[in-house]
Amino acid sequence: MAQQIKMHLLVCGGTGCRASESDQIQASLEHELKVHGLENEAKVVTTGCFGFCEKGPIVKVIPDNTFYVQVKPGDAREIVEEHVIKGRKVERLLYTDPENKEHVADSKHMGFYRKQIRIALRNCGFIDPENVDEYLARDGYQALGKVLSEMTPEDAIKIIKDSGLRGRGGGGFPTGLKWEITRKSVAEKKYVVCNADEGDPGAFMDRSILEGDPHVVLEAMAICGFAIGADAGLIYIRAEYPLAIKRLKIAIDQARNYGLLGNDILGTGFNFDIELRYGAGAFVCGEETALIHSMEGSRGEPTFKPPFPSVEGYLGKPTNVNNVETFANIPPIINKGSEWFAAIGTARAKGTKVFALAGKINNVGLIEVPMGTTLREVIFEIGGGIKDGKKFKAVQTGGPSGGCLTEKHLDIPIEYDTLIAAGSMMGSGGMIVMDEDDCMVSVAKYYLDFTVEESCGKCSPCRIGNKRLHEILETITKGQGTMEDLSKLKNLSHVIKDTSLCGLGQTSPNPVLSTMENFWDEYISHVVDKKCTSGVCKSLMRYVIIPENCIGCMACARNCPVNCITGERKQVHFIDQDTCIKCGTCLEKCKFNAIAII
Amino acid sequence: MTKIKSLAELKLKKEELEKKLNLREKSNEPDKYIQIKVGMATSGIASGAKVVMDFLIEELNKRGIDAVVTQTGDMGYCYAEPTIEVKRPGEDPIVFGYVDLKKADEIIEKYLKNGELVEGIIPVNYESIDE
Repeated sequence: MAQQIKMHLLVCGGTGCRASESDQIQASLEHELKVHGLENEAKVVTTGCFGFCEKGPIVKVIPDNTFYVQVKPGDAREIVEEHVIKGRKVERLLYTDPENKEHVADSKHMGFYRKQIRIALRNCGFIDPENVDEYLARDGYQALGKVLSEMTPEDAIKIIKDSGLRGRGGGGFPTGLKWEITRKSVAEKKYVVCNADEGDPGAFMDRSILEGDPHVVLEAMAICGFAIGADAGLIYIRAEYPLAIKRLKIAIDQARNYGLLGNDILGTGFNFDIELRYGAGAFVCGEETALIHSMEGSRGEPTFKPPFPSVEGYLGKPTNVNNVETFANIPPIINKGSEWFAAIGTARAKGTKVFALAGKINNVGLIEVPMGTTLREVIFEIGGGIKDGKKFKAVQTGGPSGGCLTEKHLDIPIEYDTLIAAGSMMGSGGMIVMDEDDCMVSVAKYYLDFTVEESCGKCSPCRIGNKRLHEILETITKGQGTMEDLSKLKNLSHVIKDTSLCGLGQTSPNPVLSTMENFWDEYISHVVDKKCTSGVCKSLMRYVIIPENCIGCMACARNCPVNCITGERKQVHFIDQDTCIKCGTCLEKCKFNAIAII
Repeated sequence: MTKIKSLAELKLKKEELEKKLNLREKSNEPDKYIQIKVGMATSGIASGAKVVMDFLIEELNKRGIDAVVTQTGDMGYCYAEPTIEVKRPGEDPIVFGYVDLKKADEIIEKYLKNGELVEGIIPVNYESIDE
């Protein structure tokens, strides 16, 4: 009897797990299978991201769905000898439920996955992204075939319009409408552009899709090309995503070999091909006009809209720009119909959204939830709550263009409009969670750091205004701020928003405005009381000895790196404020609660 | 690679390729399928569990029955090896003992296809905590 493959060992090959040696895990597993003569019974498959990055590298065993976490190359032998040969799960590598401390044997029972619906990420962590056959086996290129053989471009646009899909890159513009406008622009040449210039700090949604399921983007771009009447596609991707670039190149080659890109696709006479364009990682190039200029070889600077790219874009031709995640939704919508998609989500926002969870949250990772899911569900159920049992303070959505939401916003459903109404925005999907130890003035300053760095400098409100905002925040965190500074901060923020040329400047003051709105008392305590309650702003902190508690053990003085603590044995000690660098070592070393921060 | 020249060819190609991913597709929704666990501890392997498992996978495939076949550790019925646990969708699992190839064939034909019970059932005397 011929041996059959009865087991698949899926190894995460995303950038995160790769950085923790997942490629060596894969090699070790293959080696162990060979040593035990099992290479015809079990197969090792490299997949894209599973999303549960917090506990990577991940190895998932199929068909029993065993989910191994934090696997090391040295664990390969035990997995093969115990699990593959004897069918016994390796207990110590299973995920432990943080609530009841029990091992969770398979991914179906993990709180992290229970509330998720995966459309854009449906193939990530399931197929080998470097093998087009696995994509084809999961309905790959069927949507393209259907559109080319059975539909008119108008039919295809109608399906996308009816589905209610809106741009997932940040703007939230209706995708079908964008396609329709580009279709109606008359020109002998048009372009489809995929915006893969993901730049928000902490965001890795697009990277994971490109690394885990590159063909879905190629297929969607070809569908878009047919719909708008274009034969050329360009993917603008940042050069700092080498793995995504490598997998895209492999995918493009494979698609060409099968005739799914190139001339006369599937015998329908439709021609479409895709090329890559590399960006240098400038945040502003995620803005579509700046992106187009960068692709043309000019400076990555935005220009005034209109004309919109759908009328006059790349090389002056009508250009349809969509983001990676938006494209990843297209083939499933064509295959399953607009009603199917429109039934997911809420009345005003259809489908799902991918979020990258980061910050002080237990389950850092990549998730996809239906629109309308609440922030509470995302942070506390899927995200597993706040690290180290600390108190939730705020969640920052929308990256440097978004804002901070607080406890009182936790139960609002996640939709484009509700987030804007709450003073933040959907953005591309970064979600950074903050706990009680975070100082909101410093958080605002951090985002301004980023914007000042990333402003292209073309318009003065953004170039000069953001710099001034940053300086005022700096003054406040140093304890030198005045009430007048606070009103300047607010005024200037509105001026920058109203007068900047592009989305970068129009949104860059948002972190300042939303933290002022929601955490006004923190600003006040920095300015009036000269205190940072979270203990982040070092200039506002003083470490002092509480004489009643100090027994003169000398532990603080011995460990102080700058020798600023003086005092005899068994005598009350003293901290010299001028020399103190506020490192906190004394507080850590004191066993008698004799050190306080004031 | 030969080029795919039409939607019909693409569909054929998909049918041919999806078999290779079958294992993963099924494990995505295991409760929809018949689940068979083969006891593959030392005592099970010594009495031929591996041959039985290969037989099951091969024959289920040939006879067009969608099932998820996994191996498991010692089920505790060492006297009755090889043992297999069979769970039809929506039903309680049943454990069969002394499963040789002939018995496996009978289980497929009678129990899996028609729900007809066959000789060799071991009364379940424990509850599994992971259910």
